[in-house]
Amino acid sequence: MKLKLLKALTVAAVAAASTVTSTLATAQEQFIPILSYRVGLYAAGGSGFFGGAIDYFNLVNANGGINGVKISWEECETEYNASRGVECYERLKKKNGGASLVEPLGTGIAYGVLDRLPVDKIPMTTMGYGRSDAANGQVFPYVFPLITSYWNQAAGMIKHLGDKAGGLDKLKGKKIVHLYHDSAFGKEPFPVLEALEKSLGYQLIKIPVAHPGTEQNSQWLQIRQANPDYVILWGWGVMNAVAIKTAARNGFPREKMLGVWWAGSEEDTIPAGDAAKGYTTMTFNTPGNYPVIDEIRKKVYGAGKGNLADKDRIGSVYHMRGITAAMLWIEGIRNAQNKYGKGKVMTGEQIRWGLENINVDEKRQRELGAFNMFPTIKTSCQDHEGSGAVKVQVWDGKAWKAVTPNWIQGDRAMVQKMVAESSAKYAAEKKITPACLPG
Amino acid sequence: MQFFFEVLIAGLLSGVMYALVALGFVLIFKASGVFNFAQGAMVFFAALTAVGLKEEFNLSLWVAIPLTMVVMIVLGFAIERIVLRPLVNQHDITLFMATIGLTFFLEGLVQLIWGSTVRKLDLGIPDVPIEVVMSKTGMLVSQFDVIAAGICAVMVALLAILFNKTKIGRALRAVADDHQAALSVGIPLQHVWGIVWAVAGIVALVAGLLWGSRNGVQFALTFVALKALPVLIIGGFTSVPGAIVGGLIIGASEKLAEVFIGPYVGGGIEGWFPYVLALLFLLVRPEGLFGEKIIRRI
Repeated sequence: MKLKLLKALTVAAVAAASTVTSTLATAQEQFIPILSYRVGLYAAGGSGFFGGAIDYFNLVNANGGINGVKISWEECETEYNASRGVECYERLKKKNGGASLVEPLGTGIAYGVLDRLPVDKIPMTTMGYGRSDAANGQVFPYVFPLITSYWNQAAGMIKHLGDKAGGLDKLKGKKIVHLYHDSAFGKEPFPVLEALEKSLGYQLIKIPVAHPGTEQNSQWLQIRQANPDYVILWGWGVMNAVAIKTAARNGFPREKMLGVWWAGSEEDTIPAGDAAKGYTTMTFNTPGNYPVIDEIRKKVYGAGKGNLADKDRIGSVYHMRGITAAMLWIEGIRNAQNKYGKGKVMTGEQIRWGLENINVDEKRQRELGAFNMFPTIKTSCQDHEGSGAVKVQVWDGKAWKAVTPNWIQGDRAMVQKMVAESSAKYAAEKKITPACLPG
Repeated sequence: MQFFFEVLIAGLLSGVMYALVALGFVLIFKASGVFNFAQGAMVFFAALTAVGLKEEFNLSLWVAIPLTMVVMIVLGFAIERIVLRPLVNQHDITLFMATIGLTFFLEGLVQLIWGSTVRKLDLGIPDVPIEVVMSKTGMLVSQFDVIAAGICAVMVALLAILFNKTKIGRALRAVADDHQAALSVGIPLQHVWGIVWAVAGIVALVAGLLWGSRNGVQFALTFVALKALPVLIIGGFTSVPGAIVGGLIIGASEKLAEVFIGPYVGGGIEGWFPYVLALLFLLVRPEGLFGEKIIRRI
């Protein structure tokens, strides 16, 4: 115990020292603030995601940087708290020559800094969360909900449930419960689920769960009484494991549950034990091993620079998601360098352009050692999301396995129309004239 | 009607789990007159330490649990020595503030030692419906919840004996009434406080193991303490039976409210309904159902 404590304190001291090292970055380094959360309610997700991002930074640096420009970073603990997140953003935005980009991994923080981004000229990525209508780069030039948004996910969910039922038309008359975290996050898919309810004819039953979701007996008793065909679980943190276990207790088949991608990590299923077997969720990463993860094991963890304390978490859902995010950030910076000068440190404005011109096709994925790890992505001013494709994965009791071999898309045309309408409304409220920013 | 009873029973059994956490608060309050803000952190600290010892040192859970009990006893005496002893005779609010500081310290320390990842805890109690009940009544009653209720009953019996039938119990009550008077008649205040914090630590361990087994051992365990607050307001801060009755009232009412009123007001009322109920109790019976009525000369 004492040894463990000493070990922990030593690790903390080394981490603090490395933070200082990062803080003292030279002008030739590309600085990225890390608004992370490693303690508190959502620490498991935060430590995995930001651990993955930092592991990828270390890999890029070990390989010589981006055309010789090394990545530097500094962490600031947000505890997933919006006000702390905004404070971290303000503290780090001008450090070391200025922030290249930010990724708060929290809808609350993302909303908190949204209006500051165009003023500070710092791009923000919100991969798989945040405002879905921010995909319109003409209204939200500094926000990038890369790969896919909640609205596309919700459409993808209905597509998958339709496929399971034998076709979208077979959903008519079916009951679908939307069990959601009672917050803006949980309510985000309402417009899509309600629009599809009208067009496809299923019955949507919305059941909220009060934060943090440690008690769900009453919700699952209601579900049992409603006897739905499917349950969509739109949860985060402890709510997910509790939902899975309470479903088992109430005899609801886990195969009929479909979780949001924030309910689809090892941290959600392992605590639920055997109850999680057969449980399915959405994802934008194909579970498995990839050359880039092997390279991280060899060059980063082999050199003793790995960020995860528990090496069993390498390649886990959150770790892979962090690697994916960092890979796309680096692609954005690389794009910017190709346009504004190779081997130079880029400004936030230049990186914004780089993120707006990401093109990671299958060929580029292979070069990055990440073929099929995430869907191919091509961003533009009109489409800051760049993909919208999703997959479904199942927990087999030990690991996640892909259910859908190919990437699937829901009603993308409907979602794009909704994005256009919602972003136009936002532009009118904020008196923004939609336009593509010049490169 | 069957559904109503099913919701009611589920609520009562959840209430027992709340009461288990509330017991820890009652112990500290009885001995020092202070609301221990750190009780939720102690639940988390105890559960994570037990699982951490088991996983990091490859111990059996039944070895890790007694070791954690020792840790909680040491922690209890350390809190008395380092935090409380310098604050003897200080105002209640000073002691309360000290427990707030203690909360952040314990939360940070335990995550520093064992990490912040979610851990699985399997006590070997199946969380499945009891078949006999299901086949005869059609109602789902969890085996885990019933066993948890049994454990809670044993805890209450033991605490009742401690408070009413032992010398330490009498000393506890004397200390709670007046620190200085208790000291003046020779009651070792420090010793009593140390014991009571150690016992509260063991209660936190039992609560942490049961809640951790149900939800996974993670930071959210600190939040179960929030459910204990309305339980205490209703049952009274100084009564062990009050904690149980308060727990049952809160558990049953929040579940019934969520299921039968929730759909008319948008749902999700389980989080705040117990506090509204507690507020109503405060208006009519501020000392709670079983609390001591305090009459002071003005």
